[in-house]
Amino acid sequence: MKRVITVTVINQSGVLNRVTGLLMKRQFNIESITVGHSEQTGMSKMTFIVNVEDERKIEQLLKQLQKQIDVIKVNDITDKAIVMRELALVKVVSPPHARSEINSIIEPFRATVIDSGKNVVTYQVTGAPEKIEAFIDLVKPYGIKELSRTGATAFTREIQKVNSPQLSILK
Amino acid sequence: MSAEVQTKQAVMEMTPKSQDEKQNNQPMDGSAVLIQGLKDQGVEVIFGYPGGAVLPIYDALYKDPIPHVLARHEQGAIHAAEGYARVSGKPGVVIATSGPGATNLVTGITDAMMDSLPLVVFTGQVASTVIGTDAFQEADIIGITQPITKHNYQVRDVADLPRIIKEAFHIASTGRRGPVVVDIPKNVATEIFVTEEERTAEVNLPGYQPTTTPNYLQIQKAAEAIRFARKPLILAGAGVLHGQAMDELKTMVETKRIPVTNTLLGLGSIAGNHELFLGMAGMHGTYTANMAISECDLLINVGARFDDRLTGNLQTFAPHAKIIHIDIDPAEIGKNVPTEIPIVADSKEALQALLNQEFNAPDTEDWLAYLRCMQEEAPLWYNVDEHEFLPQEAIQMIHRITEGDAIVTTDVGQHQMWAAQYYSLNNPDFWVTSGGLGTMGFGFPAAIGAQIAKPDERVVAIVGDGGFQMTAQELSLLQELRIPVKVVILNNGALGMVRQWQETFYDERYSQSLIPVQPDFVKLAEAYDLKGYRITKKEDAEQIFREALLSDEPVLIDCRVKMLENVYPMVAPGKGLQEMIGVKSK
Repeated sequence: MKRVITVTVINQSGVLNRVTGLLMKRQFNIESITVGHSEQTGMSKMTFIVNVEDERKIEQLLKQLQKQIDVIKVNDITDKAIVMRELALVKVVSPPHARSEINSIIEPFRATVIDSGKNVVTYQVTGAPEKIEAFIDLVKPYGIKELSRTGATAFTREIQKVNSPQLSILK
Repeated sequence: MSAEVQTKQAVMEMTPKSQDEKQNNQPMDGSAVLIQGLKDQGVEVIFGYPGGAVLPIYDALYKDPIPHVLARHEQGAIHAAEGYARVSGKPGVVIATSGPGATNLVTGITDAMMDSLPLVVFTGQVASTVIGTDAFQEADIIGITQPITKHNYQVRDVADLPRIIKEAFHIASTGRRGPVVVDIPKNVATEIFVTEEERTAEVNLPGYQPTTTPNYLQIQKAAEAIRFARKPLILAGAGVLHGQAMDELKTMVETKRIPVTNTLLGLGSIAGNHELFLGMAGMHGTYTANMAISECDLLINVGARFDDRLTGNLQTFAPHAKIIHIDIDPAEIGKNVPTEIPIVADSKEALQALLNQEFNAPDTEDWLAYLRCMQEEAPLWYNVDEHEFLPQEAIQMIHRITEGDAIVTTDVGQHQMWAAQYYSLNNPDFWVTSGGLGTMGFGFPAAIGAQIAKPDERVVAIVGDGGFQMTAQELSLLQELRIPVKVVILNNGALGMVRQWQETFYDERYSQSLIPVQPDFVKLAEAYDLKGYRITKKEDAEQIFREALLSDEPVLIDCRVKMLENVYPMVAPGKGLQEMIGVKSK
């Protein structure tokens, strides 16, 4: 199963290496990883998506990450209400006669054209990883010359869904 | 002059006397800051080996000495530091140079990581300007040691050095202990250092706050579970020793009448002759200890990590038991065995909290009687050979002569298991062995470190002929310091455990495990100006052991033992604890 994990780390050289090294040592597969500065100076936020077999493995991963001295906070936010975004740049083979056709089918994805050449157009698309995948599937038949994805970044929403208490007619 | 005074003096005299007046007002360079930092941490002894990148550090040490033990190989230095740390509870301090000096430490660092030993390791590094250029004696020791340390640092700016030293000692010696590497580029060691603010910078580790106090609700749950258990069992691991919770464990065992077993590294946490002690559990544990785990209804794990050599097949491990697991490292809880009552805490605090609950002792008399029966029915055994001296007999003899009061160190393998089985320890922290990593060549240098930590105790290094030859060069230290370590080589001319597995699982195809050609160990000892003994006949053993072990001098005993002897009982790999082989009932 896929899990989305966010990690707040002290922004020090080698910290990315520590985290990915730990995942490798304990045989976890990283699907994607993003890192960047966070709202606190000196702190970075990492988001990664990992594939794990079971609950025990994920618990072990969280604990091992937490043990790292440079790691401040670890959260598994998979089951929370979250916002998650990924950006992809896709260079699609797009001869002039097919261009408007492609443009129309990708419109629902709100992808934007950020570069174009004689026979290729580069699109930028953002969204949850599933959306990016759907976009890629859609343009694949036209021929993808180059594709580059950033990996997902995410955090929890301000308002978490609370299970509304059962309304009873007896009360 | 007694042996201990001699040892201390020998170590002290190795470095020239300190200059009388300290240049208090002069600016210090990185090396001087380091030496001062070590003194502030109360470091009594450094184990190390000089080299190009640490020249400035060794120069500072020359001017402002701390006793330094010059091992003859960096691996010897770090194993000695491990032995020192295990016995004293204080962090062992190691210095080595960049490149090969640092990489020679890797085995010891990993060993300390696996067995949670506090070490602070300083490695030299090439100058900052050439890092990354494949300079002479450059190795990326931070990258190399990252997965095998609790934490590591490269000092980029001399201003960070005082804080990093404090943090390194703090991290190594708190929480679950472990090794910390501090890599110091040569230019940092010579940079001048001025501000008072940086010198007094405190530990700043927002990401490191080990939990030591147990959760009260969990303690209540645990007390409740113990109260109503019928067949409870305590599994005491090294965590009891690291937390110095031996008294609490003893009180718990005695007042609640709960039998107790040990992991390999937990040996000594309860006296070996305690009436409620069942012996060691695991692959070569006693039948009773392993059956107690298989049959108990409550397993109270205090500071053990459910290692595979202890648990055997996890599917059949403690099938009837509810599990309480007390560990200072939350990541160990639930890692291998699902746990009903996890308690993240220091072992001493957790046991104290449990005892404070003042609950009634469970009724365990039937259970204890049953276990006692089993102990009588299936004790440890070996078949005495008419001609050949058995390793088990040798260890029992050492035990008898030293009255169970010696500090015993071992390598890994058959001799280690026999020592664990037959050297019943009277005292805690008197057992120094390479458990998790299973390092050959560990026992002898570790004994040197142990002797330096406890100069007035008798230290016996029980090693095999294979492992001894991996770090035999440290005999130089016995010669130089006259440290009265007793080296006992249980010499069977084979890599015994490898040979035993080849006999059992590979149809006696002894591939590369028999070593008939050996040095003359007695002559080797004599080459180092040490007294060497050889035991070839069973009848002479007692007298030679008595003379050698009771002497005040360092000695080496080449004890020839039967080659084809096996360690029993045994849980074969992949089998459950209840499927022991080599159990013999009376």
